[in-house]
Amino acid sequence: MTTVPNEGAVPNVKTTVRPRSNGFLDGLKLLLKSPPALFGAVVFVVVLVMAVFDDQLAPTGANEVDIQNRLLAPGAGHWFGTDDLGRDILSRVILGAKVSLQVGVVAVGFSLVVGTLVGLFAGYYGRWVDTVLMRLMDVLFAFPAMLLAIAVIAILGPGTTNAMIAIGITYTPVFARVTRSSVLSVRESVYVRASRSIGSSDLRLLFRHVLPNAAPPIIVQTSVSLAFAVLAEAALSFVGLGTQPPDPSWGRMLSEGREFIDLAWWIAVFPGLAIVLLVLAFNLLGDGLRDVLDPQQRSALQAGRRTWGRRRK
Amino acid sequence: MSVLEVNDLRVQMDTARGTAHIVNGLDYSVSPGETVAVVGESGSGKSVSVMALLGLLPGHARVTGTAEFDGKNLLAMSEPQLRTVRGNGIGMVFQDPMTSLNPVLTIGRQLTEGLLAHRSASSKKAARERAAELLADVGLPDPKAALDRYPHELSGGMRQRVVIAIALAGNPKLLIADEATTALDVTVQAQILELVAGLQSEHGTGVVWITHDLGVVAGIADRVLVMYGGRCIEDGSVDEVFENPAHPYTRGLLGSLPALHEADGEDLVAIGGTPPPPTDLPQGCVFWPRCPVRADARCETEQPPLVGIGGTHRAATFYPGVPA
Amino acid sequence: MTGLALRRTLQAVVVLFGVAVATFALVHLVPGDPIRLAMGTRFDQATYEALRERAGLDQPLATQFFTWIGSALTGDLGVSFRSGDPVTLLILERLPATLSLAVASIIVALLIAIPLGTASAMKPRSFLDGAGTVLSQIGISVPEFWMGIMLILVFAGWLGWFPASGYVPFSDDPLGWLRSLVLPAVTTGLVSGSVLTRFTRSSVLEALSADHVRTARAKGLGPRAVLNWHVLRNALLPLVTVTGVQLAYLLSGVVVVEIVFAWPGLGQLALQSVQSRDYPVLQGAVLLFAFVFLVLNLVVDLLYSKLDPRISS
Repeated sequence: MTTVPNEGAVPNVKTTVRPRSNGFLDGLKLLLKSPPALFGAVVFVVVLVMAVFDDQLAPTGANEVDIQNRLLAPGAGHWFGTDDLGRDILSRVILGAKVSLQVGVVAVGFSLVVGTLVGLFAGYYGRWVDTVLMRLMDVLFAFPAMLLAIAVIAILGPGTTNAMIAIGITYTPVFARVTRSSVLSVRESVYVRASRSIGSSDLRLLFRHVLPNAAPPIIVQTSVSLAFAVLAEAALSFVGLGTQPPDPSWGRMLSEGREFIDLAWWIAVFPGLAIVLLVLAFNLLGDGLRDVLDPQQRSALQAGRRTWGRRRK
Repeated sequence: MSVLEVNDLRVQMDTARGTAHIVNGLDYSVSPGETVAVVGESGSGKSVSVMALLGLLPGHARVTGTAEFDGKNLLAMSEPQLRTVRGNGIGMVFQDPMTSLNPVLTIGRQLTEGLLAHRSASSKKAARERAAELLADVGLPDPKAALDRYPHELSGGMRQRVVIAIALAGNPKLLIADEATTALDVTVQAQILELVAGLQSEHGTGVVWITHDLGVVAGIADRVLVMYGGRCIEDGSVDEVFENPAHPYTRGLLGSLPALHEADGEDLVAIGGTPPPPTDLPQGCVFWPRCPVRADARCETEQPPLVGIGGTHRAATFYPGVPA
Repeated sequence: MTGLALRRTLQAVVVLFGVAVATFALVHLVPGDPIRLAMGTRFDQATYEALRERAGLDQPLATQFFTWIGSALTGDLGVSFRSGDPVTLLILERLPATLSLAVASIIVALLIAIPLGTASAMKPRSFLDGAGTVLSQIGISVPEFWMGIMLILVFAGWLGWFPASGYVPFSDDPLGWLRSLVLPAVTTGLVSGSVLTRFTRSSVLEALSADHVRTARAKGLGPRAVLNWHVLRNALLPLVTVTGVQLAYLLSGVVVVEIVFAWPGLGQLALQSVQSRDYPVLQGAVLLFAFVFLVLNLVVDLLYSKLDPRISS
């Protein structure tokens, strides 16, 4: 056959229509069926466990200086090696998980709440409310993300909490846009208009009808934003504006490791790998969620046909 | 000498739910100047059967049987050989004119590229001239200007005319129209049907017209073939089939047409149920699960063969003509 | 100018004004007196007040804002508190470095994305597709600064093929310029490339299943013609928009990459100005970034509407 596959030529092969499974649990099961999403979920759980049980899991504390054993290569006793102060890298990586997760969750939580509300009102009420709100979001959006975060930190001062606020502010416009476009498509649907015609109050309509149906893209965006938030926190810590020493943070560890890169590559490699894995996990979960929540993809999944990659923006 | 002769065409595809038998032993032929209508519900395999002729199905489809066109078996041809037939010996018109044309290329370009690919025109200039001629043939006003227009600038009917022009660009011996008027509104439909009929009589082209609209069949077809579950369950001339529908399914189709002559107070006979999935075809007669006749146990286990019942009329049922 | 272009430009101007206000406000919210900081230990009240007056800091904020905007429109962005040099000059000095990196990165990104994305889409679920998907997933999950550090470790440290850091201006040594550009460009290029690959893949996949591709094949066109004229021509159009966004992001000087490679670009300048409370430089840099971002977005939108005949009429 030629190299140009013509998927479009496949007619709608009619198969028996399966009843649409509703329910959170079914969705979850379907999500976990796909290997990448499963991988993401597993990694996420592992990191969560690391964050919650950090003290129990870490062999040593975060700052147990041991100059005698500085710059040890990975080996028995110190699986990830030690840094220039003799601190155990494995422990610091485990203990750093909490910060990454915390900042990610809080920052995204902030942008989720604020952004969704903005998008909800802008999309639903339209006209000048829409114009004003979205121009505000545009202004925020026009700043390079990193710079905006840096500027906010410069005002508030460095630290983990301020990093959460800074990152949260930076990602708010994204949620606003996603919510708004989702609301726009739901707004004109028949049942919303029907509901409105029987006199449901606007707020009730918004939260009871519009929001739940506009939710899927927002959920997907949450996962994706979590990925970016973890990266942003790492970047801020890398330049010294995020989590401050002596608290362990993966980003900070990378900047510390950079100095000793020729002598001790492990100081920078392991925290970096941790970041990659966590961010990857969120991204894979986001992709999996997208497949499960998009009705067409979902029925294809249920029928056992994996229609890879027909992703809509 | 027929333009197209199809023998025992079968198409199978593997799906996650088993093997789908989409086309199961189709036989028909098309003579020059003749219009054969293929009628059936969605999922009856009608589109797949014609796509198979031109090798337009995805790679994992398995096609068997023969399809003689111009002395050669289409189904045994290699891809490069098929390419010389597509758009040249055989032209195809698809359903939706909105999406059949490439929105970012001009009409002229979409016509000339076919002409140049088949060397029907010797230069770009000649191709453009020929393209304008073709557009005039299909009744497009101001063809020269239309060459530089984009598809979205034309109405649905105009677009479909362009698609027909593209299909006829190579002076094909056979034209295949797959639901070509379904997406158009009724008045435009009539125009398109007239256009094709006219062009057909002018050039002696054979036409295979796939539709689920019996009105279209009555309007332009010489012969009709009724498909169900991937097989032909009845065929014959339009008069034969419409006047004496033999298969219960055909009777159902014709009966479910609201006619103006409801004098006898006949109820609108709708056919209950849905067609069987191609992965799960019944053992015996393919229509058995929905058949209102069902008088014999044979129907459930044996497949009724396609037998002649008079003239060129054939039906695949054990009880031709028995009223439901 | 057409109606659409006019409207979009007007919108952009409004947002730009909003950005200017926000930048000004943001900068002036940063605590710390810049003059005092710049003077350091050589502080004396009289000079301080004189300098303050000269910098116009004794004026009410609104006046300061409009003075700044006014002179900005003529290209005068003020004078650095730290060095006394005109801000515009400082920015122009750093422009070549940032520009070369941004352009080189986009080239790398497109060189990866278009072939890989297209090939993946044409053979979905093949090994190439799977590998490509995995790699691009990882690519968007990797923090750029870590990628940079790893590349330095391998290609500059162990293999010694390229310099570990620093920018060599083209005018000094063209070959050296190229060599110094490789690692940083590959760093950002790989990450941007991953984003673009995913997008290209889904765009091409969608284009492949379009009805008009079926028509093209039914016309008897060969696979090359179908691919070039009916698939890519349609699929690559949206790529223009996404590439524009990536370019805008890169032009704001990817701060962390510039730090890792000691690249004297605009990102570094911005970071330094935050750290030293150098208002004029920070204001100027951020305003410039936002301006570039908005202009680029505008250009991309207008370009897209020119290329897609459906929109231009």
